Formats: sequence, C-alpha cells, structure tokens
Amino acid sequence: MLIKNYKDLISFADTFKNSLEKQSIKVLVCAGTGCLAGGSLAIYEKIKKLVKENGLLVDVDLLKEEKGIGVKKSGCHGFCEAGPLIRIEPFNYLYLHVKLEDCEDIVNHTLINGTPVERLMYKDNNKLYKTQEEIPFYQKQTRIVLGNCGNMDAENIQEYISKDGYKAAAIALTSMDSKEICKQISDSGLRGRGGGGYLAGKKWSQVLSQNNPTKYVVCNGDEGDPGAFMDRSIMEGDPHKIIEGMLIGGFSTKANTGYIYVRAEYPMAVERLRIAINQAREYGLLGENILGSGFDFDIHINQGAGAFVCGEGSALTASIEGERGMPRVKPPRTVEQGLFGCPTVLNNVETFANVPIIILNGVEEFKKYGTKNSSGTKAFALTGNVVNTGLIEVPMGTTLRDIIFDIGGGIPNGKSFKAVQIGGPSGGCLTFDESYLDLPLSFDSLKKVGAMIGSGGMVVMDEDTCMVEVARFFMSFTQRESCGKCIPCREGTKRMLEILEKIVAGNGTVDDLELLKDIADTVKNTALCGLGKTAANPVLSTLNLFHDEYLAHVVDKVCPAKVCKGLSTIYIDANLCKGCSKCARNCPVDAISGKVREPFVIDSKKCIKCGACIEVCSFRAILEV
Amino acid sequence: MFNAEVKEKVDEIVIRHNCNKKELINIIQEIQKLYRYLPEDVLKYIAFKLDISDAKIYGVATFYENFSLEPKGKYIIKICDGTACHVRKSIPILNAIRKELHLNDKKNTTDDFLFTVETVSCLGACGLAPVITINDQVYPKVTPQFVVELINDIKKEAI
Repeated sequence: MLIKNYKDLISFADTFKNSLEKQSIKVLVCAGTGCLAGGSLAIYEKIKKLVKENGLLVDVDLLKEEKGIGVKKSGCHGFCEAGPLIRIEPFNYLYLHVKLEDCEDIVNHTLINGTPVERLMYKDNNKLYKTQEEIPFYQKQTRIVLGNCGNMDAENIQEYISKDGYKAAAIALTSMDSKEICKQISDSGLRGRGGGGYLAGKKWSQVLSQNNPTKYVVCNGDEGDPGAFMDRSIMEGDPHKIIEGMLIGGFSTKANTGYIYVRAEYPMAVERLRIAINQAREYGLLGENILGSGFDFDIHINQGAGAFVCGEGSALTASIEGERGMPRVKPPRTVEQGLFGCPTVLNNVETFANVPIIILNGVEEFKKYGTKNSSGTKAFALTGNVVNTGLIEVPMGTTLRDIIFDIGGGIPNGKSFKAVQIGGPSGGCLTFDESYLDLPLSFDSLKKVGAMIGSGGMVVMDEDTCMVEVARFFMSFTQRESCGKCIPCREGTKRMLEILEKIVAGNGTVDDLELLKDIADTVKNTALCGLGKTAANPVLSTLNLFHDEYLAHVVDKVCPAKVCKGLSTIYIDANLCKGCSKCARNCPVDAISGKVREPFVIDSKKCIKCGACIEVCSFRAILEV
Repeated sequence: MFNAEVKEKVDEIVIRHNCNKKELINIIQEIQKLYRYLPEDVLKYIAFKLDISDAKIYGVATFYENFSLEPKGKYIIKICDGTACHVRKSIPILNAIRKELHLNDKKNTTDDFLFTVETVSCLGACGLAPVITINDQVYPKVTPQFVVELINDIKKEAI
C-alpha cells in the first residue's frame, strides 16, 4: 500500500479512524520493557485467546470492516512500579499488577459486561481510582510527547496514522520550504533534550546553510545514563514519531539519509524501530519521492556495543563509521563535519519526537508549556527511593516538590527524603532544602546549581543513602567509561575515584577533600568532551551540599547513613550471645573467639566486616554500628 | 586456522555487509552473537577480508564493553548496578550470585561455561529496580534468595 500524496494520507487517516471506532472496546496491554518483564506478553496472549473464544475479536488490520474488541500491545504507560498494566478504552480503566489469573475476570466483567474489576484498580487511602486520568501519578502530568505511549498499538502504523501521524511530515514536505521549517523549530524554542540544551532550530539552520550535497540526520538513542529510560520508552512506545521527526529534519536540512543509534541494551527498542521503518517504507513514507514531494529519505539502525561515551556526538558518529567511539576536538562541529565528514543534524530521540508536534500544533501551542527559555514539556524517569517509580512528562519549570511528592508519591517505608540526583553521571545531587525543592526545573536553573537536566534521569535518595558513597559510585562509573583519549578525564577520574574509595574505607583526611576539589575543578575545565567536563559534577555537588557528611567520614570516622562498611564496627551483644560458637566457625578471618556457652567477642583489628557472622547468628546477638 | 564451516559462516556475514569496513561493528556484533565471544583467529580473518590491520580490529573489539575476547558461559547473567538499582541494593544480589557460583570480581565465568556473571551500568528498567537479566530475559525486583533459586533451577535444567 502506498500513500502518494497529502490527500491520500488524510483519506487513509479517516478510514483508519473509522475502523478504530468500530472497535467498541480497546484493551491496551503494556508491552514496555518493564511490564514485559512482569509477564505482560502472556497476559496479552491469554486475553486475546479468551476474547476470541467469545467470538469478539477484531483483526488488527484496520482496513477490514469488522466490529468487535481490539486487543493490542502498547508502549510504556509510565507507571512501571505497578506493572503489568492494562488500560481499557473507552472506560479508561487502568488495571495494575495484573496476573494471568485475572484475565478471566477482566474478559467476563469488563469486556463483556462493561463493569470494572475493582481489585485491580489503584487505591490510595481507601479511595478507589477507576480511570487512569484520575490517578494522582497521571493527574499532575502533561503527556504530549508521551501522548501515544500506552494509548495505541506500538507496532501498527495504521493506528499512528489515525492519530494524525505523518500529518506534520505531509504538511512540511508538501507546503513548507526548508527555511520555513527551520524557522518554526527555532521560534518554538525547542532545545535539545539529550542534555546540552542547544537550540534545535539553530542547529538545523546551520546544517541547511552548508553547501555539501551529502548530509545526514542522526538520532541519538544511546541513552547511557544510569537511571534514565525516557528514550527507550519513546522508541518502544511510539517509534513512528521519531521517524516522522527525522523525516522532517531531513527535508528541512536537505539530508537524504538518517541513522538511529540505539544502545545494545535495548533490544526491544531496536525491534520496534525496525518494524516501524519497514512499515513506513511499505506505505511510501520512507523511500523515494515521499508523498509526491520529490524528496527521498531513508533510515538505518545502528546498534551500540556498550560504550557510554558514544552518547557524545563525535564519538557516536565515529562508532557508526566502525571506529572506536572516541570524541574528537571541536571545531569543526558536527553541523559542519559530522558523520562520514559531512554536515550532520544530530539530535536526541525526545527532541525528534517533539518536532511533529511543533509542526502540527504550531509554535504558540508548544510555548504554552514551559518557561521563557525552556519551552515545552520534558520527560523524566523517576526512580530510586520513591513510591511511584516510572516515566513521567511535565512542563518545563515544574518544581521538584511537585514531581517527587505529588507525582512520585513521596518516599516509601516512612523514610525521609535526602537528595535527588538529576542528569546521571554528568549531573549533580540536590538536597532537601526549600530553595532547591521549589526550584522550577529548566535547563538554566539547574545549571546554576551545579546539576543539569541531562537526558532526564531523576533518582530519589532517602535518608539511608550515603552521599559520599553515591559520589564514589558515579565516579567509578565515569572512570570505567572514560574512553582514555584525553589525560584530564583518564587520569583525573582515576585519582578522584581513589580518593573517594579511601574516604569510604575510612582512611580519608581533611587534605583529601581539598585535593578532591582541586582535581574536580581541573577536570571540569580541561577535559576534551562534554562527558569529561561534567564527570566531576557529582563530586562537586555533593562536596558543596553535603560537606558535613564528608567531614564526618574523614574527621569523626563515621558514616552517618551507616552505609560505608569501612567505618562501621561489628560487635557481639554479651547479653544476647548464648555462646554457640556458630559465628566463630563462620568467620573467614578467625576474628571471633570465646568459650562455648559464654559470650564471644570480635577482634575489630582482624574483622573485615563481611557480615557473615550477622547472617548466621540465630540469636540476633551480632550488631553493626 | 578454523574449520571450513566457521569460514563459511564468517564469509556469509562479511559479504552480507558488502565487505565494508564501515560495517565493522555490525559484523563483530553478529560474530559475537554466533559464538558468544570473538575468537582471535576469526577476528584476524575479518581484518584480512576488510583490508584493515589486526591492530585496528583489536582496537575496536576491545573498546566496546559488549565484545569479549574470552569465551562466555551459556547463560549470561547481567546484574544492573545503575543508580536506581544501586540505591535499591543491587550489590547484595551480585554477592549472592557470585557466592553461589564460586565466582569473584576477577573470575566471572564458571569452569563448565554454563554461567557468566557481569555487572552493567543500566538496563533502562529502573522502575523495576533491582533488576537482573539472564540472556536478555528481564527479572524485575529480585532478591538474593530469588536469584539463588533461579540459578539452581537453570542448573537442574542444564543437567
């Protein structure tokens, strides 16, 4: 089937819309990575089977005129904590923690009789939330970029087209010229969602102004920040939106080839993108003379091989070229000499996903959300010690308090909030301080306080988290992932890690803190690429905000959060010990001694704090402080 | 040198990628999928076919974490130690697995080549922390007890 022009697309969209409406009930089983892990695929198959047995199933092909119930695999609904999730339209019921055993009830009650299965619905303080939209986690969100994620079949181009999919591309390709598109993207104020926050429209105009006949569009899906999965969810849940964004990007910069670079850890995203690209080719939305505009464009997928640094632009293009993924000195910038030495538009997944929305809804509508210098919405991955983990989307300028306490539902297990880490290994930690918690999140506001939006990972930490250990954790990540090309990053991260390990082990001194700050500043100022320049951020931000905690480690030799083993002591409570000798027999270093039936003692000089004795003690007589 | 069957398979992969050196990473990825590691003589053969130096292919193969020059186990267990998993206590899970399989930070493949244990920085399933994967099957919200049972189940199946 081929869509030859704008009119074709509109008439197809109408056909698909009509046949979608014939599906009186739509069952959207979440098939994002999170819910798949919880067994959602088996649930999908079972519901489909049950519906079929009842003679109610409608085929997924929207060109067939049939009435019935549609059962679909959708992208991520975002509420990963409560997966596997099922959304049922038109009631908008959201069922949580669905198990195979629940399928019969869902089919018999909801699909046949239209009545809800209340035990699967969200409850809070004895209040039942029947629809997805009522649940506080969703209520405070503005889902635009993620609008289709979880609301449609992610593997079906017809559904995407029925939701005005490829309409923006059709408008751009048939009634706008390159400059107009670049201007519209510039006017919208869309800034790169991958971390840097560079104006996307400006980048596009710069590529357009290059004379080279060969140009490329590259989509960065190498989402390597630990604690971030926004791009994964978009690639899995709405792959056509990315393709459409890239197509518009290609047309407006006169590039005919696109590459999507996806990290190796995301096999499902690769699979969905591959399906989507093939469908787009089949419909003539990729290939030659797209929509009769005379413009040719095609997209290839490249899979990463596990190098964090490939998220950096010049390293990423090197990796596509089959080289070691190392950044290079700039200039020349990617817009001048990027992939294969040609001018290249390089944007992040979420940035491309914003493009069709801007073209379709216009600049004013886009700027309705967000702040003056950071317009639009932003997806965040909310994780760590927070009640509702998952994928969220809020307007730029939303405060941390709204995100962590209203959407995230606060800290679980009655613990108190300690810090939030934003922007992955390049970002910083913010703490419980009124001024930080009420900080409107935007590119500029976070930069000012030493953090960054980064790609949008947000890890919440409770009182049981040691900030020095967190800094050590990030440094060990950056040190391992440093590509080794420039000395400040290669050596600096190694030395910083050594110092942090020394502090965590209980051997740090006050001088070490000085030295740590000194090295951190040097790396920040002298490293070659963006990753090196920001590698010290977790150290600098924790040194700044949690200085007391560092001092406690080096001066008082205690870890206030009781995380650092090197600073703890293990002792036997003489009143509880029965003298069974089990601990002494299990100690790997013979640090425990005593007479049977009398309290045993631990020689703290020999003890390596492995905790083996605590595990085996039947009387809970061994304690760690 | 390796046998004719291997050569045929490698040739097929290299030719499918048009003997293009720009496709090097895609080619090695397929080899790794086939053998679960990159045998040295296969790498040398690919270098010859693509007309690049041994040093070049060695450089690329050792740069990326997913490539391994050592044979790996049949079941590759990846323990996520990304930020979200780390703060939700992933290290005790790693320790439990290592203890069960008699592995440590230097030795990460069992002698019978049944298991390889690796840590990864983030699997992107942070909402389900702590997470492990065994041959790309994701296991959410795991506990040390659960993973030990899981390993024992696989062992039983493998016998």
